[in-house]
Amino acid sequence: MVDETQNPAVTLERGRPVTDTELLRRADWIRLQTVELIAQAGLGHYSSTFSCAEIVATLYYHALRLRPGEPDWPDRDRFLLGKGHVATGLWPVLADLGYYPADWLKQFGKVGSPLNDHPNMRLARGIDFSSGSLGHNLSVGTGMALGARLAGRDYRTFVLTGDGELQEGQVWEAAMAASHYKLGNLVAIVDANGFSGSGPTSQAMNIEPLPERFAAFGWLTREIDGHDVTALRQTFDTLPDTSSEQPVCIVARTRKGHGVDMMEKQPQAWHLGLLTSEQQADVVAEITARMELAAGTAI
Amino acid sequence: MATRKMVDVFSDIDRDSALKANPSGYAITELAAEDERIITLTADLSNVLAEFRKAFPERYIELGIAETNSVSLAAGLASCGFVPYIFSMAPFGVLKTAEQLRTDADYNHLPVRLVGRLSGLAMGYFGTSHYAVEDISIARTMANTTVVAPADPNAVLALMRSTAGLQGPVYIRIAEATEPVYNAVPEFAHGQWPRLREGTDVTLAGHGMGVGLAVGAAKVLAEEHGISADVYDAAYLKPHDETAIVASARRTGKVLTIEDHLEIGGLGSIVAETVARHKLVVDLKQVALPDTDLEVGVPAELYEHYGLTVNGVVAKALELVKG
Repeated sequence: MVDETQNPAVTLERGRPVTDTELLRRADWIRLQTVELIAQAGLGHYSSTFSCAEIVATLYYHALRLRPGEPDWPDRDRFLLGKGHVATGLWPVLADLGYYPADWLKQFGKVGSPLNDHPNMRLARGIDFSSGSLGHNLSVGTGMALGARLAGRDYRTFVLTGDGELQEGQVWEAAMAASHYKLGNLVAIVDANGFSGSGPTSQAMNIEPLPERFAAFGWLTREIDGHDVTALRQTFDTLPDTSSEQPVCIVARTRKGHGVDMMEKQPQAWHLGLLTSEQQADVVAEITARMELAAGTAI
Repeated sequence: MATRKMVDVFSDIDRDSALKANPSGYAITELAAEDERIITLTADLSNVLAEFRKAFPERYIELGIAETNSVSLAAGLASCGFVPYIFSMAPFGVLKTAEQLRTDADYNHLPVRLVGRLSGLAMGYFGTSHYAVEDISIARTMANTTVVAPADPNAVLALMRSTAGLQGPVYIRIAEATEPVYNAVPEFAHGQWPRLREGTDVTLAGHGMGVGLAVGAAKVLAEEHGISADVYDAAYLKPHDETAIVASARRTGKVLTIEDHLEIGGLGSIVAETVARHKLVVDLKQVALPDTDLEVGVPAELYEHYGLTVNGVVAKALELVKG
């Protein structure tokens, strides 16, 4: 079968039709793929990838305007992974959409592979900007949004940040600049899973109340359940026009480790780790059972 | 001795003063007229872009006192096809943002340009927080970044033009306390050091304000001491001119570097690393800032204190030649 997305002429438009069931299945598929890739590499960020699986699924299979056959297409919507440590969940999505062959996943984490724990724009097609150093990408995205205005283009720039990442001072420099320049074409999505690397975000350094803080910086704010794909879809569908004058912050309340019971109970233990083969079998069984139930194929 | 006072190195009010005191602001206005991808950004340094803002108000982005944001934001613009020039005070533009320059601009091979005004001790009397004396050593470790340090206003125009089309980042280190070296806008070949005077007894290589000092010292050495100096404008610090260093060091066996930068990591280190790599036995000396707490004061007095004067260079060269 010819993969049509390899044809530069094919544009995946914003608001592509998709059911909630399909989005939930896709989010769980991201979790399964993540488990496999981490097993292959030997170490990885499970629970932070799982907290944003529905967000990533809804963006890539519904909300973003993309042209996988022409990754540098100037009018594509940009997506920046501020919390770059969850790139493992993005690699299978980009392969599935045709940015690169699925074979690339087999080299994940190996020396010379374009796909690693954090994304590199010079190595992997479909990555709009490299990340890894927390706090940079809202600034980068602000530059891209300003660039759209200067060039008279209507692409939108999305930046997915963690809530812990918002402790970085540079984020607030960018937040100031984005509202100062009235960048309604910029959307920050906070994967507010309540944890950072070493514990609850609120204990490390409180960054709440997030909606009020972004509003005080001049942003339009929305607060939603980040696992509710209906809410995600509606929020993306009703974003103000790119010519509007307020940047948008979507505070997505999520659970770190969502979708895997033992990780939800111990989110911190699975921030960075490796499942034993027994644990992995249990995790895969739990996710697969849910997917089969949703598809009506459960026995 | 007349009291030396702080001069206003911040402002340009018209085209003439811009060209004299702020050639980088003048140069960018010229370049922008030829390349519509050029955007300028500052973190509260708009007064050095008076010319540009008048000519291209829509291509100027003020970011307030937020240097780190300015670098990452510029990288975002560069990834969308623009060529952003960030005008910054060198200490804050390079040292505060070193990680953003490395991670967002350098690692991604993006054409971000940082014009670092007021480098070295140019803001002397404001205190050591305002010194940029480690900037070259940091910038030149970045693999894809070009580092240039113009000797005078004409060299600023030349080097901004010769680096304008580069694919990767460029750090343009602007020195304010320069003496005229070029009486017209020179041509620079990428990574090459113009040889300003031919000699056989000692090599003098400087960048920025160090070039004028080298030229002045060479004249004194010739006229008063009968010593012939081989003089180079080390304008390109990365890539540097390996061929010129080796050839001159072979000729003279003695190299003196002159710079308003710490003795660690700058031109002195570049020369030392190069001659060592080529197994040359060469006497090296530096006119540079010592690896210790630095004094605070009016720049002209600081230069005197640290030997960054023609007399200071002559004295070091004599030590080198006479042993």
